[in-house]
Amino acid sequence: MIKLLDVSKIYSRNTVALEDVSLHVPKGQFVFLTGHSGSGKSTALRLIHMGDRPTSGEVRVSGFSSNRTSEREVWKVRRRVGIVFQDFRLLPGRTALENVGFALEVTGTPRKEIRPRAQRLLSQVGLSAKAGSQPHELSGGEQQRVAIARALASSPLVLLADEPTGNLDERATRGILKLFWEINATGMVVLMATHDLELIRSYPGARVLELDQGRLVYDSREAE
Amino acid sequence: MANSAKEAVAAFRRAPLLTSLSALMVGLALFVLGLFALATYNLQMALRTVEERVEVVAYLREDARPVDVEAGLQILRDLPGVEAVLYVSKERALERATTELPEIAESSSALEVNPFPASLEIRFAPGSRNEEAVEEVASAAEEFPYVEDVRYGREWVDRLFFLRQIGAITAITLGIAFAVVAALIIATAIRIAVYARKDEIYIMRLVGAKHGFIRRPFLLEGAMTGLLGGGLALLLTWGTHQLVFHFLFELDWVPVSWVLLGLAGGVFFGVLASSLAVHRYLREV
Repeated sequence: MIKLLDVSKIYSRNTVALEDVSLHVPKGQFVFLTGHSGSGKSTALRLIHMGDRPTSGEVRVSGFSSNRTSEREVWKVRRRVGIVFQDFRLLPGRTALENVGFALEVTGTPRKEIRPRAQRLLSQVGLSAKAGSQPHELSGGEQQRVAIARALASSPLVLLADEPTGNLDERATRGILKLFWEINATGMVVLMATHDLELIRSYPGARVLELDQGRLVYDSREAE
Repeated sequence: MANSAKEAVAAFRRAPLLTSLSALMVGLALFVLGLFALATYNLQMALRTVEERVEVVAYLREDARPVDVEAGLQILRDLPGVEAVLYVSKERALERATTELPEIAESSSALEVNPFPASLEIRFAPGSRNEEAVEEVASAAEEFPYVEDVRYGREWVDRLFFLRQIGAITAITLGIAFAVVAALIIATAIRIAVYARKDEIYIMRLVGAKHGFIRRPFLLEGAMTGLLGGGLALLLTWGTHQLVFHFLFELDWVPVSWVLLGLAGGVFFGVLASSLAVHRYLREV
């Protein structure tokens, strides 16, 4: 489902974000991607989401290659790979339902199906009661749930999460993690970047990949 | 396309103040261009009116034979650029003089001999009222042995054509300058409007919207803003025209083709500016 083949990413002024990283995440796996700040976690997610291209090597996601997917075709990848961020990135001034509906609309959902599908997605993340609330009326945990519902709008095969609990308290964090596990249980790959070791320890069933200064230094699957 | 139009209208409703300001900026920029067009058109008309008075007069000798004059008339009529050649008899010349200058009437009645010569008045076709044509005809007329003198107000004709050239160069230069300024103002107004929605563009890219899906509503919005601004400019220009016409002096309104060109220009620059602004944000995710 996700493959990185000798991927390096070097930014200008010779800043090495990733160096010769190779990994494979098969279908249905739940993966924690961990490491200190600046280890390359966000860069790896960005490359998988094709928000950027590797300096060398190849990223393959759900049949699409970074070396063969043009800028105009990136939207195809994005519909197979959902992503959520630490800062939620919801549209202010629109309700939870409208935020999710927006994603459904832009991905070609027929108009009359948008509302019911958005409601189902909000229900899936436990936010039916808050459909009419705007982001500033929601807690951090609730906003992240809306962001997750939006990421699921195109029924992706992969869900990326970049420090999704970074701005949340412990209770909200547990709730979001539980939600990710539920999503993973449906067969979707979940790849979550986090530096929270407590979080990782609380889910021993998950695979753990560790980056350090852009290199892959630990893979729990190989350690077994 | 219908969805894009709906989205464009919805965007207007979501941010009416920003949209209005954008349209206002576009309108004011085009208004300046509209005033310039109004001034240019009226200057052009004024020059044309003066140019219509450009003519060559060949004064005939007393002993000019009618058959020679008739032949000469035909030759002059066939010259390129000549619209008409009119024979003015001595009697007709006297009649004109006494009509146009009443003070002559009294003194001319005391004269035994009509002092005014017969003449050939040569008028030029529109588009041929230029130095070369005038000089060519004057030279041709001077060749006739029965022509005493040829006059065409050389000095003021030279000045007129010089003024026309200067006017044309100035109009083109200033027109381009105003158009560039208007284009920049329109581009800035549209960019501000698109910038205000860059989060939406970002999210659309994030969740997998196609480029065309993202761009189309913005292009339509750009066209609508350009059209609104163009309409506002038209209203302001027309209002200025009416004020000047009623309170200062007579002023012609510009041709419909110029109005349509102005509106089309507003739409074109609106679309172009939108396209460039959206393109920038499409590359960010």
